[in-house]
Amino acid sequence: MADDPLSITFAALADPTRRAILARLAEGAATVKELSEPFAMSGPAVSKHLRVLERAGLITRGRDAQWRPCTLDATPLREVSAWADDFRRFWDDSYRRLDTYLERMKEQDNVD
Amino acid sequence: MSTETTARWTTPSDVEVAVTRTFDAPQELVFDAFTKPEHVVHWMLGPDGWTMPVCEIDLRPGGRWHMVWRRADGSEMAMTGEYQEVTPHSRTVQTESWGPEWASTVNTTEFIADGDRTTVVQTMRFPSRADRDRALETGMKDGADTSYERLEAYLATVG
Repeated sequence: MADDPLSITFAALADPTRRAILARLAEGAATVKELSEPFAMSGPAVSKHLRVLERAGLITRGRDAQWRPCTLDATPLREVSAWADDFRRFWDDSYRRLDTYLERMKEQDNVD
Repeated sequence: MSTETTARWTTPSDVEVAVTRTFDAPQELVFDAFTKPEHVVHWMLGPDGWTMPVCEIDLRPGGRWHMVWRRADGSEMAMTGEYQEVTPHSRTVQTESWGPEWASTVNTTEFIADGDRTTVVQTMRFPSRADRDRALETGMKDGADTSYERLEAYLATVG
C-alpha cells in the first residue's frame, strides 16, 4: 500500500462501500451504528472503512469517546471535482452525438 | 431490462473505471463509428463547440492512434496511444497517454451485439503504483500527481 497522500485518497475512494459511506455523510454526521445499518456489516468492519477514510482526510470524527460522530470533509474532493465533471460530460455529450450520427450511418447503409 | 440508453459509470476494481452505454445500431456499425477516423471526427467531440482537427487510427495490433481536440476558445488537447488488440466488431485494447510525462492508461472497448442494438463497455485501467513510480523517477512529478488527482476526482463522482 502506498503511503503518500494522493495514493491514500485514491485507495479510499476506490471502494464502493466507502463511497456509499461518504454519500451518507454528505447528508449529515452519523455514528458508526447508523453507518453500519444499510450495509449489513458489523460495527468493526465499518470502523475499518472509517479509519481508511479518516487517514485520507475525507472524514473527521468527534472526540466524544462514546458517540464519536463522523463528519464528511469534502476538501480533497472539491479541489479536483471540476475535472471529473468535464471528463464525464465529454463522454455523455459524445454518446448523445453518436446516437444521432449512427442514425445517419444507418440511412447511408440503406442507400448503398 | 439489460440494455441502457443512458451511460452507467462503475469502478470494476481499484484501478479501473468503466462506462456502459447501449446504442440503437448494429455491432458492425458501432465498431466502425469508434474506430474509423471518418466517423470518429463527427461525434467523439465532447461539449458542443469542440472539433477534432487531427484523427489518425492505425487499427491493428502495434498500430498507433493520435487525436487532437480543439476547444471553442482555440486551445487544444492531444492524446496518443497504441493498439494492443483488435478483434473486428467486438473488442479493442489500446493504450492512451495524456502526454509524454504521464504513465498510459489501458483502455478496453467491448462491443456486445444485442439484435440490432449494441452495448459498448469502455474500461479504463489506470497506471499501477509501479508505473507511477517509474514516471516519478523521470522527474516528472507534477505531471504524475496531476494525473492521479484527475483519477481521484473521477472516482469521487462514480458509483
